[in-house]
Formats: sequence, C-alpha cells, structure tokens
Amino acid sequence: MDWDTMISYLPLYKDALLLTLKTGWQGVLLAFMIGVLCAVITHLKVPVLRQITGIYIELFRNTPLLVQLFFLYFALPKIGIRISAQLCGSLGLGLLGGAYMTETFRSGLENIAPIQSASAQSLGMNGLQTFRYVILPQAVSSSVPGLLANVIFLLKETSVFSTISLMDLMFTAKDLIGMYAKTIECLTLLVIFYLIMLLPVSILGSIIERRLRHAEFGN
Amino acid sequence: MPNLGIDVLFKGTNFLRLLEGLWVAVRISLISVAISIALGLVMGMLMTSKNKILKMILRLYLEIVRIMPQMVLLFVVYFGTTRVFGWNLSAEYSAIIVFSFWGVAEMGDLVRGALISIPKIQYESAQALGMTQPMTYLYVILPQAVRRLIPLSINLITRMIKTTSLVMMIGIVEVLKVAQQIIEANRRTSPNAVFGVFAVVFLLYFLICWPISKLAGYLEKRWA
Repeated sequence: MDWDTMISYLPLYKDALLLTLKTGWQGVLLAFMIGVLCAVITHLKVPVLRQITGIYIELFRNTPLLVQLFFLYFALPKIGIRISAQLCGSLGLGLLGGAYMTETFRSGLENIAPIQSASAQSLGMNGLQTFRYVILPQAVSSSVPGLLANVIFLLKETSVFSTISLMDLMFTAKDLIGMYAKTIECLTLLVIFYLIMLLPVSILGSIIERRLRHAEFGN
Repeated sequence: MPNLGIDVLFKGTNFLRLLEGLWVAVRISLISVAISIALGLVMGMLMTSKNKILKMILRLYLEIVRIMPQMVLLFVVYFGTTRVFGWNLSAEYSAIIVFSFWGVAEMGDLVRGALISIPKIQYESAQALGMTQPMTYLYVILPQAVRRLIPLSINLITRMIKTTSLVMMIGIVEVLKVAQQIIEANRRTSPNAVFGVFAVVFLLYFLICWPISKLAGYLEKRWA
C-alpha cells in the first residue's frame, strides 16, 4: 500500500464523488416524481395513460441501465436528439428509477384498507380530499422501506455512468489505474468512497424507517 | 424515414453473433443463480440460527453486498485480487464469483424471510413428533418455504441477467460488446447502425427478462 499516492489521489476522488452525488440525486429526484405520477395514474385507472405507463414500466424494469444509457447517449443523437453525458446520466437513472418507484408507490396505495376511504367518505370528504389527506400520507409512509431500498439501488447503479464518459468514481478509478497502474490503491479508495456515499444513506434509511412506523394506524 | 441501420444486423453472421453474446450473458447468470440458490439456502438457515456472532458476520456480509455496486466488486475481483494474490483468474470466472457472492447474500436474505414467515408452531409440532432438526427442515419447513421462494428466486435470475451487462467492462465479449463491435465495423457504410443495433439489444434484453419476470409475478400471485 502506497499511502502517499493514495493521499495525492484524494482530491480527484472527491470531485468524482461530488459529481456522482449530484447526478445521482438528480436521477433519484426525477425517479421520485415519475414514480408518484405513474402510481397515481395506475391507481386512478386513467385510460390510455395507464396503458402507456404499463408499457414504460415493463420496458425499463426488464432492461439493464447500461443498455438504456447506451441507447440514450449513443443512439438518440442519430435521430437528432443530442443530450450531454450528465443529463443523460440523470435522465437514464430517473427513467429506470421511476419504473421501480411506481411499483413501490402502487403497492403502498393498494395496501391501504378500503375501510379508510369508506370512513373518509362517511365523514363527508370528497374524492380529492380523501386522496390528499387520508390515502396519500399512509401510502407514502408504508412505502418508505421500499423507497429507501430503491434509493440505495439507484445510487449503486451510478457506477454505470463511467461507460458514457461521465467522470464518476468508477471512471476516475479506471482512469488512474490505466495511467499509473496503482491498482490496489485505486480500488481501495474506490471501495472507501462508495462506502462514504452509501453507508450514511443506508443508516439514515433504517432510522427513518423506524420513525415512520408511527404513522401507521387502523390496521 | 432515415436509414436507421437495422439492416447491418442481417449482414453476414452479425445477428447470430449478437445471439451468441446474449447466450454468454445468460450462461454466466444461470451458473451464478445455481450457485446462489444452493449456498443461499444454507446461508438463510444460518441467518436464522441463534448464534449472535454468526448472525452478525452474516449481517455484515449482506450489508456489504447491498452497498457495493457490482461493478466495483467485479473490478476488485478481476483486477484487485489477481494483483494481491498473484493468481490467474479468467474474466468469466471472476464474473461468476462476483455474481455468486452477490446472489448468495440476496438469496440468503430471501430464504431467511421465508423461514421466519413460517409459524413457530410448525417447528414445535415437528419436534413434538420426535423429528430431529435436519428432518424438521427437510420434511416440514423447506417444502413450505420453497413455495414462497420460487417466485423470488426467478426474479433474482432476471436481476442477474440484467447485471451481466456489466461484465463487458472486464473484457467479456457479451451481447453489448458484440453490438459495439458490429457498430464499429460498419461505421463507414452505415453510420446510423448505432441506433438500430442498440435498439435491438435493448429489445433482446427485454424479450429475455420480460417473460421470466411475468412468470415470477404469476407464480407469486398463484402461490401466495
């Protein structure tokens, strides 16, 4: 182990970490929005849109992110759609994550007992109020464990970004190995930086999960 | 309608090569799944054991696998361990090692979930009938747990197939790599091939994974 080399690499890894985090969180945020939207569409059984959502989910859940990114980054320019690598990363991650998030939210919505909406109705709430104040809060809290698992999964998947020449952690490690052949040092740093990125999310996840259990009632 | 270069695939043996590449990916994942299921069953049973230290070690193993991207694990095994221990490891073996390492943890967790979902009374009744512990597992617990496990392990297969797309990064020539080769070879004659070929690869993955995940969903509903 060559400690001096490792220390001299640190700034490069730090930049890569920041880039990974930035692109990753944009992707996660997009995934979250797509997920809520699509889950509501499926839950309310909106015609046409529902079928489109279904196709989208099946397509993106059953193909690897790597292939999706290649398609977005290398293939789309041929039909005139040109997007930067970074946007491509966020977009690809968002689309992949959206498909997973939809499933999570949907099962959250489905798990709410029918008595909840019946009670809300008997209290004189209209459909929108029931959805906004009764169904959605419970659905969100019951889908939190799934959501957090998805977030970790998505942040993990960012390692694929290196293939579309985004300077993320993986890319930096590969680049440094290629240039200086300090394989062990580079890979050790790589593992450490992924731990720095994902361990807090994982720990935070279990804390939030415990907290949100209180929001459940009526079953 | 511009030429989208799908015709490139029908030149010579291009399409056949693509399918061969796909087979490489599927083969790696099937071997890894077989290993994962066999060892995962053992791991799951160990995870339900009462030994605190053993439980903690397995928990740590699971968390590491959950947190580390598979790509990092591939690099560590293929470039890292070969450097540290000085052995020779082919890319395909490294891939199988990594996917099994990952699969055993995931499978173990699924098995653990299935085992603890079986009511305690089943264990107690088996014991009351004078069954030994291996007998209890073999004749009472596992037959019930397997029902829950089959859909979940089928899902694991699709996840593995999807993740095998990463092995091109350590130099295995699988479907994505073949696609790149075809695109590069025809760069001059049909510059738009990149669209058609990647679209076909996208569809190929979908056509493999979709039926498998549908089957898993169907079994899950039926056996729930």
